[in-house]
Amino acid sequence: MAARVLVGVKRVIDYAVKIRVKPDNTGVVTDGVKHSMNPFCEIAVEEAVRLKEKKLVKEVVAVSCGPQQVQETIRTALAMGADRGIHVEVSGKDYDSLGPLQVSKILAALAKKEEASLIILGKQAIDDDCNQTGQMTAALLDWPQGTFASEVAVEGDKLKVIREVDGGLETIKINLPAVVTADLRLNTPRYATLPNIMKAKKKKITNVKPGDLGVDLTSRLEVLRVDEPPQRQAGVKVETVEDLVGKLKEAGRI
Amino acid sequence: MAALFKARKALAMAVNYGTRSLTQLAELPELHQMLRQTCRDYAEKELAPVAGQLDKNHTFPAKQVRELGAMGVMAVEVPESLGGAGMDYLAYSLAVEELSRGCASTGVIVSVNNSLYLGPVLAFGTEEQKQQWISPFTTGEKVGCFALSEPGNGSDAGAASTLARQEGDEWVLNGTKAWITNCWDASAAVVFATTDKSLKHKGISAFLVPMPHPGLSLGKKEDKLGIRASSTANLILEDCRIPLGNLLGQRGMGFKIGMQTLDSGRIGIASQALGIAQAALDCAADYAHKRTAFGAPIARLQAIQFKLADMAVALESARLLTWKAAMLRDAKKPYSKAAAMAKLAASEAATFVSHQAIQVLGGMGYVTDMPAERHYRDARITEIYEGTSEIQRLVIANQVLKEYQQ
Repeated sequence: MAARVLVGVKRVIDYAVKIRVKPDNTGVVTDGVKHSMNPFCEIAVEEAVRLKEKKLVKEVVAVSCGPQQVQETIRTALAMGADRGIHVEVSGKDYDSLGPLQVSKILAALAKKEEASLIILGKQAIDDDCNQTGQMTAALLDWPQGTFASEVAVEGDKLKVIREVDGGLETIKINLPAVVTADLRLNTPRYATLPNIMKAKKKKITNVKPGDLGVDLTSRLEVLRVDEPPQRQAGVKVETVEDLVGKLKEAGRI
Repeated sequence: MAALFKARKALAMAVNYGTRSLTQLAELPELHQMLRQTCRDYAEKELAPVAGQLDKNHTFPAKQVRELGAMGVMAVEVPESLGGAGMDYLAYSLAVEELSRGCASTGVIVSVNNSLYLGPVLAFGTEEQKQQWISPFTTGEKVGCFALSEPGNGSDAGAASTLARQEGDEWVLNGTKAWITNCWDASAAVVFATTDKSLKHKGISAFLVPMPHPGLSLGKKEDKLGIRASSTANLILEDCRIPLGNLLGQRGMGFKIGMQTLDSGRIGIASQALGIAQAALDCAADYAHKRTAFGAPIARLQAIQFKLADMAVALESARLLTWKAAMLRDAKKPYSKAAAMAKLAASEAATFVSHQAIQVLGGMGYVTDMPAERHYRDARITEIYEGTSEIQRLVIANQVLKEYQQ
């Protein structure tokens, strides 16, 4: 029985927003743009809260890394039913270069500090699509991992996880403590109720610095350039099969 | 042909919900921002996709009402001890606006339950009455309605001809009420009847009547222009007997209860009108970006730009008036003038914005593929119910003149 669950929630640009690349091609425009909780993180929070409602875990702690604004994201998790939040303060250049490796180091350190026995994350974030944090966190902690989970069941001191893989569904059994990453079909996140939104205001969010956790934020990656996807080019119509083959040879495709 | 149909469908499906409007939220407290976002998410995912069908089939959104009940939205101001959300009127206004943006009928169902049914019971009910008539109506399983208007009098509420006489330990009600929103789906009604006709409006009392009940029957559902997913009909009382304890407030207090309730209800309807106007503006602005004519998106044409600007100003000013009225009420300050101004401004904004939205969409605005025609039909009632625009003007003028009393 996992006593404490850590759930990572990431603040990302809202999925419905049209993304614009900054004129200097160093990144995308985030100023004044609507942000919300990563959809896979919502699913992770929902799963954790359900485990708590089934009395399989005692406490759900929501964690987010970033500047002041990520507190909104943590509050949303609290409104969905998380018990308390941890805001790991990262801002400025450090935040710009924050990636899965640093976040997993932070999560691993927090898991030890908070004596968590289960970490649930979204499978990936919709901004960078890395799909690495869960896996790296498990490796750093030397814990088993159940990624792309479409179903999670507690069986004694083990977890049965059904994973969505290319070939279909894979069922695995892993020991606790473990890391699980949520896929789309794991659950449908709830709407926060008004009373829970009010209660969220009173729940505690503690601030922590990465340095306090002994984590070095230096990135090993450097973003060289960000560009818009190429505009779709107009096609060419041909009359005969010979023309088609000719054109394909011309374009160097065959 | 198929390609044309597909293109029209694609346009119809692709209405953008204004994702850059962060500044609207910046002035509100965090709690209210979260509430607003939650209701917006719900409206976008659960209401907007079905609103067209609900309207077409005149279907009461029972499932959605239960879900909203579970969220606490059916009883925003009701204290938690009675099963409500225990939030303020500004929160309620935001909730109604966001929900109405998805489905105007659902918006009015939420508004009537909150303001016109739970409102008077909260304000004037005894502890016992609150337990009996409030708690079951907070979950979305049951909704209430408000029966003031009659076939013979709407604006002239003081001329109520529904009679209530005392017989032993019962009240006996006789008469007909008209235009009652929610009545076909309601489990209780606040009914206004006169206990003493000679006292005119001071002889009116308010009663709590369970539904269904012997002596109470419903007229046929009105076939309305808009808000068709909410039921509207006559309430017919024929020797309808209710216990003495069902009197709400004091005998003769009915008119005061009615007017005070409508003062608050006005803010709810103003919020509904804002939601309709916002939905219409979303539709028009999105369309303007996508529709090309004369070689470019019509958004480049000043004629369209001026319309959108006028629409945005009408909407935003009405919204600020509505927020002000809600905040005055929350601060327990006099709010009649503000509420009347909000309702007047918002309802006229809704009809203006939805009218112009159809104009921006051209032919597409006139067909059911796009929601613009539904917003136009839904908007119209906001200038009529819970106090016509003419009555609002009288209320405002009255207040203004009082300020300059000689």
